[in-house]
Amino acid sequence: MANSNENLQNTAENINTADEAIHDDGILESPKKTKKKAVARKDMTMFQWTIHEMKRHKIAYLMIAPFMFVFILFTVFPVVLSLVLSFTNFNMLEFKWDMFIGIKNYTRLFFEDDIFLLACKNTLVFAAITGPVSYILSFLVAWFINELSPRIRAIVTLVFYAPSISGSVYLIWGTLFSNDGQGWVNGTLMKLNIIDAPILWFYDEKYAMTLCIVVALWMSLGTAFLSFIAGLQTVDKSLFEAAAVDGIKNRWQELWFITLPMMRPQLMFGAVMSITGAFGFGGVVTALCGFPSVNYSCHTIMHCLEDYGSQRWEVGYASAIAFVLFLVMMGANVLVNKMLSKVGQ
Amino acid sequence: MQKMRVRNHQVVLNRSKGGDAGIFIFLAIMGVFMFLPMVYVVMQSLKPLDELWMFPPRFYVVNPTFKNFSDLFTLLSDSWVPFSRYIFNTVFITAAGTFGNLLFSSLAAYAVSKIPFPGRKGVFWIIQRSLMFTSTVTAIANFLTLSTLGLMDNPFTLIIPAWGSSMGLYLMKQFMDSSISDSVLESARLDGCSEFKTFWVIAMPMVKPAWLTLIIYSFQGLWNTGASAYIYSEQLKTLNYAIGQITAGGIARAGASAAGTVIMMLVPILVFVISQSNIIETMASSGMKD
Repeated sequence: MANSNENLQNTAENINTADEAIHDDGILESPKKTKKKAVARKDMTMFQWTIHEMKRHKIAYLMIAPFMFVFILFTVFPVVLSLVLSFTNFNMLEFKWDMFIGIKNYTRLFFEDDIFLLACKNTLVFAAITGPVSYILSFLVAWFINELSPRIRAIVTLVFYAPSISGSVYLIWGTLFSNDGQGWVNGTLMKLNIIDAPILWFYDEKYAMTLCIVVALWMSLGTAFLSFIAGLQTVDKSLFEAAAVDGIKNRWQELWFITLPMMRPQLMFGAVMSITGAFGFGGVVTALCGFPSVNYSCHTIMHCLEDYGSQRWEVGYASAIAFVLFLVMMGANVLVNKMLSKVGQ
Repeated sequence: MQKMRVRNHQVVLNRSKGGDAGIFIFLAIMGVFMFLPMVYVVMQSLKPLDELWMFPPRFYVVNPTFKNFSDLFTLLSDSWVPFSRYIFNTVFITAAGTFGNLLFSSLAAYAVSKIPFPGRKGVFWIIQRSLMFTSTVTAIANFLTLSTLGLMDNPFTLIIPAWGSSMGLYLMKQFMDSSISDSVLESARLDGCSEFKTFWVIAMPMVKPAWLTLIIYSFQGLWNTGASAYIYSEQLKTLNYAIGQITAGGIARAGASAAGTVIMMLVPILVFVISQSNIIETMASSGMKD
């Protein structure tokens, strides 16, 4: 009984792969088991079989229902709604519904809105630096501390991970780099006679972006970092001994030929986390540089979205921005996934 | 087998002394960079007024005082909303959001991981994709949804969306895949356990690290909830918002604002310290396979 049950489950799992299904049918066809099970996969069309399986596991749908309801309502539906609204000129203030204006919002974004184009550039620069650097940093630190004793490793992990979970503690960068003489950095530089007037730091075009990137990196050893630490501990140690016999000469070769390929699932997951982090960094910039930042030097797509979405209430236009942001994040993920599949080959 | 050395009575392969030294220096510099700002917040929160106003500013504190912390409660005492109300709001939002997320996510994770129902691959595919974009994308549409549902200015605007957060489900599903063997569940089912009972009595105790991890993730997100566009009544605002208000009070309140920040950061850090080994255990199975 248990056996045939298992077979049925296998069949259900491989429902889309024809080869497997035939193989399973072969097993089910043995006289003993067909007797026991009244219905077999081969008697039914794919559709009937799916319905049969759905009925058999109807409790599963009950179990995922509460989560899926909330998830679809607040995560899937908004993406669809953004896409639909982006073709309208819906405006919350006037509550104007002239409805579909086609791709006008998008042409306005890319051909008329200079600030949006600047924001795109800033976002890409920001993400192209913080994303990869935080990813590599997370991995390197995780890899370096992997050989420490567990107790020390736990402490070091905490030191590196703490900034990313401490909420608004990043505001301290505003205090350190405050734009008057009371800021610790300005005060120290002035005392050492390196500068004679305080630098405006977060309110100076020249420094604002760089400083924001530094703060972003400071906060970026998060989920990906933990995932790497955990993944490194699961790599089979005996592989390294075997590799040493086979002529692996140093730790970097070990990394490339053994550790990285073994870690590919974590590397994928970490990449997703780093990319999402690199693109979702608007709030911190607003808190440190003000909104809008001086001369739009740190204006990102998130800020455009906030500007049109919750200040001017041009929901149609803001939805177009949101959808572009969605596409950019998805595109970055697909691209990075492709690149990571080449690791260690 | 050229470079073999002995470290801590163990043979270490392929590790040069120069490399070890370089790594140590790298870690030390990085560690200082990560740690100093955190130390500075604590220092600021312990400084008496004259040290906060010193010029040139000094990094460390000479006469530490806890006055800034007690100031937190008195500073907002002339506001008609007592400080404890902000604390209550944050605790309530965090607890309710986390509880719902844990319940919904673990049920769904169990079904997706262990019951071969048609469509489960599609469900998981969507959940994986949802990790790839941030809530910024959904903010505007969610504002419309929540106002249509009449949930504006209600703590549940922050709580309910948290129930459908996919991060916890993802981690839990991956952990269940690797740590619960199907045969254990199969024998429970054969013994006549209903699917719900199998989930609750057999599966849940086996994935304790995963639910601790889920709790911590949900907790961190909700604990740091600040000013929200969905909530405009003062008595419903959160602790993070209140501390933001103190900070906005300007340089005169620098000490109190640092004290508030320290309180805000200590809680998640403590929670992490307590549960670190469980989180790492969960994260070992966090990898994506496709």
